[in-house]
Amino acid sequence: MSTVAEGRVAEVGQARPRREDAHLLTGRTQWTDNITLPGMLHLAILRSPVAHATITKVDVSGARERPGVVAAFSGGELAAEWGSLPMAWTVSEDQKTPPHFPLAADKVRFVGDGLAVVAATSREAAVDALEAIDFDLDQLPAVVDMEAAMAEGSALVHDDIPANRCFTWQESHGDYAAAHERADVVLKRRFINQRLIPSAIEPRSVVVEPTPATNEYTMWSSTQVPHFVQIFISLTAGVPQSSLRVIAPDVGGGFGSKLDVYAEEAIGVVLAKKLGVPVKWTETRSENCQVTIHGRDLIQDVEITAMRDGTVLGLKVDLITNMGAYLQLLTPCIPLLGRYMYPGIYKFEAHDLSCTGVFTNKTPTDAYRGAGRPEATYVIERIMDELANELGMEPLDLRRKNWIERDEFPYTTVAGLEYDSGDYEKATARATELLGYDDLRREQQARRDRNDPVQIGIGVSTYTEMCGLAPSRWLGREGYIAGGWEAATVRVLPLGKVEVVTGTSPHGQGHETTFAQVAADALGVPYDDVVVVHGDTRTAPLGLDTYGSRSLVVGGMAIVKACEKIVEKAQALAAHQLEVDVRDVEFAAGRFSVLGSAEQGKSIQELAFASFVAHDLPAGADPILTADAVMDPDTFSVPHGTHLAHVEVDTETGKVDLKQYVAVDDIGKVVNPLVVDGQIHGGVAQGVSQALFEEAVYDDDGNLTSGTFVDYLLPTSADLPSFTTDRTETPSTTNPLGVKGVGETGTIASTPAIVNAVVDALRPLGVNDVPMPCSPMHVWQAIRAAKGEPR
Amino acid sequence: MPNVADEVARFPLAKEEAVPRISVIVDGVRHEHDIESRLLLVHYLRDHARKVGTVVGCDTSNCGACTVLLDGQSVKSCSVLAVQADGGEVTTIEGLTADNGSLHPVQQAFHECHALQCGYCTPGMVIAAVDLLANNPDPTEQEIRAGLEGNLCRCTGYQNIVRAVQVAAKASADAAPAQEEVPA
Repeated sequence: MSTVAEGRVAEVGQARPRREDAHLLTGRTQWTDNITLPGMLHLAILRSPVAHATITKVDVSGARERPGVVAAFSGGELAAEWGSLPMAWTVSEDQKTPPHFPLAADKVRFVGDGLAVVAATSREAAVDALEAIDFDLDQLPAVVDMEAAMAEGSALVHDDIPANRCFTWQESHGDYAAAHERADVVLKRRFINQRLIPSAIEPRSVVVEPTPATNEYTMWSSTQVPHFVQIFISLTAGVPQSSLRVIAPDVGGGFGSKLDVYAEEAIGVVLAKKLGVPVKWTETRSENCQVTIHGRDLIQDVEITAMRDGTVLGLKVDLITNMGAYLQLLTPCIPLLGRYMYPGIYKFEAHDLSCTGVFTNKTPTDAYRGAGRPEATYVIERIMDELANELGMEPLDLRRKNWIERDEFPYTTVAGLEYDSGDYEKATARATELLGYDDLRREQQARRDRNDPVQIGIGVSTYTEMCGLAPSRWLGREGYIAGGWEAATVRVLPLGKVEVVTGTSPHGQGHETTFAQVAADALGVPYDDVVVVHGDTRTAPLGLDTYGSRSLVVGGMAIVKACEKIVEKAQALAAHQLEVDVRDVEFAAGRFSVLGSAEQGKSIQELAFASFVAHDLPAGADPILTADAVMDPDTFSVPHGTHLAHVEVDTETGKVDLKQYVAVDDIGKVVNPLVVDGQIHGGVAQGVSQALFEEAVYDDDGNLTSGTFVDYLLPTSADLPSFTTDRTETPSTTNPLGVKGVGETGTIASTPAIVNAVVDALRPLGVNDVPMPCSPMHVWQAIRAAKGEPR
Repeated sequence: MPNVADEVARFPLAKEEAVPRISVIVDGVRHEHDIESRLLLVHYLRDHARKVGTVVGCDTSNCGACTVLLDGQSVKSCSVLAVQADGGEVTTIEGLTADNGSLHPVQQAFHECHALQCGYCTPGMVIAAVDLLANNPDPTEQEIRAGLEGNLCRCTGYQNIVRAVQVAAKASADAAPAQEEVPA
């Protein structure tokens, strides 16, 4: 990478407002649902109103006769047109992967499972025609509760999968039995990590346009992963990969829910193929709640063993995790992606972990912001607070006693993951200072002393996480079907502007801005001269898309690598044209000059033109300043931080009021502080929301009773305070920019901080846990239970 | 299971019903269309007036992504029938920008404060903020938070949105005396 010379201000580190905003702020947007094509038909899908049933009849002939309807098909009628939807991660040898077709043909397995599709000339006509489909379902007992699902005699979601067991997993590190034997204290808890609905504000939408002349298809999809969609839908729908172009235009949030390959993408291609005209499907919010993947949904049993002085010894975690009715793209691996994070930042000597995946008649689960790591962080940060309480220690002191110290990095944890760098002392010192920790503890004591009905709680979360998914070799060992590299192409165009093509696919993160900053520094060109191209398998044929806080640490590094190749090529050209040895040419701030004779030189733009016209190139050199690069990381990046929450809990009503939230994060070097703060704010809000507001609720028959935004509580501006954010900066040692990921840190950190604060407020009342979300009802019930009163 | 088709056949849609024709000024341009009486304003804007900058985020009038100004008042355009806008004037996000392309002070503040990420809630959020400032030019943080309660954002945690509204309020206040100095 180039150094930035005097006179040129480095782009990396600048709080540049985003260039993406210009069109998003003025309504000149390209959401998939905005697309209208000549002759386009609108699709509507008939969905199962029951959780579990045998399909005995789906007769779409009535729908075909409705005005505006061009075609209608049942799942059975399309069964020969497609294969199973993809499942890309096999976590164990015993994993059962049932077939999962875009529309059900024999059985429905959750409320929302597709039965039939109608294509009509308007959305209204398509939806109206669903009413004319005649169907009969023989209802079966719904499998709703995970533990009941595994019990003998339970109904089966899939007839050939005994005990509804998808997979089992067991791993041991160190001698847990010995750590248990030697311990003064053994503490057990059961935590419920409730089911969440990701709720990107843009519902999913798919448009497929066939080009009959060439047998090609262009798909626009509201997806995080156009490259995955291209590969997997070509397999599912029987279209050659090269004949399917997938475009992710403006995408309105994802949070993991659009990191998937969905039934409707396959339905779109199959109907475009059958009907020969463009088709569009856009989900309603209610459909989104029912059929777009859910997150979390684990039962987490944890046991921690420690000495009386607070030294932790062993950690045993047993997980039961809900797959839902089918396996989506990554469903089984999500809880296990978190398995490296259960020990957190602490030096355990032994760690056992088991995990059982269970099928139920519910919406499939998959990646939701953090994907396994928030779940793990919740367990370790909650149990550390419980242990501190048990030992009568200040929660921060217990953490200090056990965390990896700054001079111990790189450190391989008991779970086997190497942490590259960190400084927990520094982040914690800064966070406690910003909160006014000691003063607040005194105020808390005063309220306790006077039995104030409104109690103060302080919650701590000294989290870490692994991001930058992921080294391909590691993924191969873990059972993932694909790699974790990322690709980039950088071109210095003949007229001097720079085109950066990335295989990542942003949906709110701001890559067009931040990647331009990175490339501008690497090539020494003005920021405004760099354009970032993404989200289209035609213009960016190689890529593995955006998720897992990977885009900068993997995709950004591919850009840096491509820029380095360009500099190398331009340097040779400069030496050739300046008639000096290449070792006598130095590159700084976009200029190649002769050592010791700075006025003799050429700008990278001049060299781009010279390379384009190719009149005088070094022997054997190719024309054009362009370079491809692929980055396959050697390891993960491991950000960390200290988050502190200050809540007030009304012990008479159970209402929790978040008064203050301090987030001090260490994500290494920062490319754009404005964008980073935005990621932290949004991430924290989502984690706070799991702690206080959100829960996907099912009744005993498997009906989702929180299936709209009326019933599913997302926080509004009035429900949240402004957060206090700051950073410490311990550069990552795993990449040349020293950056770590940031997209998921806030969500990972904040959930346990909030619940720890709520429980801390209620300790004097004998409360040791409040199930999430800490709604007034749950808090009030926890207080009643602690007092021995009926709930 | 009841036979849905039979049920539907018993209550046929009133096809003979006269189709309403409406006339609405959208972002300064008059539109006239024959529409179904059940059509929501947001679908009218998107599908008939082709104002796709205004978007749909839910089906229960919770998210506010479809907020527009109808005769100067902010409304969730999914909770208004298109026929109710007949004879009215609608301003969408696309009509906020000045003719010379310069951003409205609220749009400008959203940009500077990084008050949008994916941008999907942004059209409604900006319009709601414009309406808020029209009614309360100098709001406190709590007034802003209460005033934007009807608009959901999943990306920003609202923090920079609140800050942007404060910045826009200040920019408007600073700009007001300057305008008075301009000779008539």
